[in-house]
Amino acid sequence: MDATLSGRQAGNGLIAARKPTGRVSDPVFVGILWGSGILVLLLLGLIIAMLFEGGLPALREFGLSFIWSTTWNPVTEVFGAGVMVFGTIFSAVIAVIIALPLSFGIAFFLTEIAPGPLRRPIGVAIQLLAAIPSIIYGMWGFFIVVPLMAAYVQPPLIEWLGPLPIIGALFQGPPLGAGMLTAGLIMAIMILPFITAMFVEVLESVPPMIKESAYGVGATTYEVYRNVSVPYGSTAMVGAVMLGLGRALGETMAVTFVIGNATRMSASLFAPGATIASTIANEFPEASIGSLKLQALLELGFILFVISFIVLALSRLLVRSRLKG
Amino acid sequence: MASLARRRATDYTVKAISVGFAALSLVLLAWILWTLVARGLPALGPHVFTQITAPPGAGGGLLNAIVGSLIQIGVALVIGTPIGLMCGTFLAENGRGTQVGNAVRFVNDVLLSAPSILIGLFVYQLLVVPFGGFSGWAGAIALAIIIIPVVVRTTEDMLNLVPIGLREAAFALGAPQWKVVTFITWRAGRAGIVTGILLAVARAAGETAPLLFTSLGNNGWSLSLDAPMASLPIAIYQYAASPFEDWVALAWAGALIITVGVLTLNILSRLVLAKMK
Repeated sequence: MDATLSGRQAGNGLIAARKPTGRVSDPVFVGILWGSGILVLLLLGLIIAMLFEGGLPALREFGLSFIWSTTWNPVTEVFGAGVMVFGTIFSAVIAVIIALPLSFGIAFFLTEIAPGPLRRPIGVAIQLLAAIPSIIYGMWGFFIVVPLMAAYVQPPLIEWLGPLPIIGALFQGPPLGAGMLTAGLIMAIMILPFITAMFVEVLESVPPMIKESAYGVGATTYEVYRNVSVPYGSTAMVGAVMLGLGRALGETMAVTFVIGNATRMSASLFAPGATIASTIANEFPEASIGSLKLQALLELGFILFVISFIVLALSRLLVRSRLKG
Repeated sequence: MASLARRRATDYTVKAISVGFAALSLVLLAWILWTLVARGLPALGPHVFTQITAPPGAGGGLLNAIVGSLIQIGVALVIGTPIGLMCGTFLAENGRGTQVGNAVRFVNDVLLSAPSILIGLFVYQLLVVPFGGFSGWAGAIALAIIIIPVVVRTTEDMLNLVPIGLREAAFALGAPQWKVVTFITWRAGRAGIVTGILLAVARAAGETAPLLFTSLGNNGWSLSLDAPMASLPIAIYQYAASPFEDWVALAWAGALIITVGVLTLNILSRLVLAKMK
């Protein structure tokens, strides 16, 4: 007791004798912390500004119609983003349409069906799909999926669905293998883990009480999932889908390998096309500094940034509103 | 309401479909990995690691690409980790509940998912055009911009797991904030922060698009950061799209190397994270 007391007194003496610590070091440290926070803010601003500035000459040359004009002719130096904007959105929407039911099913499996010890390993394995680099998907798509699509998937679809009115337009053209559908399919596998992981997170945050009440009145597992869990988390789940969409919009390497890279517009799922990202990756090597083509590519980049920014921002607002609120 | 038998049947059907979907995704993972092993392993040999890229038919390996990737990732880590660590700490310690903090968190989330090819275009405009050429520096900085948001996110998440009481105890002893952060919070969250850095490395290692317009690739042996620099993803991209069989085989070998590396890093970091939570 005595020792403690005297120790404490000694401590008091020490504190009194010393100047308050951190008088100089703290403002510096806090300054560095704030500075790096601001730096990240500036980074985004700088990215937007540089892309905008780089593409400005192209925008001046072709006007706002650059965004929807469907001519992309490097020979005559007439450029328009229409085909790529269409291809970007079309392929990303295909990816989401394919990935969505899969994610709903897998999330159902992981939260309600899978036995406890299996949940984590299977969940992690599915997450590993997201870790595989995009270029690997590109190679796998190019060497494995494209030939399979050309040989086994596209010919019967063209034969059966091609002659139908209206939806037949989606199934026209030669079975090349590469094209919008293949790109969407590969991207669906790539965004699947992101959507699934967020679905699982949302579904696990559903209060057990309301699920149990539904079970209590005799609902089946699926009915609880569909009528209780999913509606409870629907806002955040829409956000998760938007995140998947945002990722698909900007996907580059995988798409470049399998989309066929044709700057033509077609409603067919099998037609080769181009996205903004694939066009930038493909045509950049042939664009010299200061050329109109380079400026057009930078303007394409700016358009892609704006589209992804809107989608990602929306996604985040929807997800946060639910998880935090 | 439908009859009980029908509702049960629906329930079973949906469950069966869900199990099928989960199995499908595992099959896809196995299929991709199998393709890599089946095509990459036969092409893998000591020459891949000891020889630099060569013209088609002349043999050659991927040594310059592997070394180039390692250098660029290393430099990117040196640049990106401190910024990411500081920014993540800012969000967890000083920025909580402030307008600036929320804005930074929002911007970081956007950067995390922003198209990586645009990071490449940005660095092209920022460094390649003004400084007159493609360079290892440009590639490393592009990768640093990929790394930063990943480190920020995991650092913030991990520091949020550190109990407030630990910080309060340190403050109560009269420690200044820099001491509390460096000696208490960082130390408590160390494993998680390192995990975040590993994940960031894994992400950067596979990125191709940001390097296309920055470090460009280099078929010779060059360690200079001022010159165009080879990297594994770019070499794979060039070789995979080439018409030469030996180049395509090398591309598969490179793809196998990258994927094994990236997946190992991912699994390791997930194991650490699982232990922490």
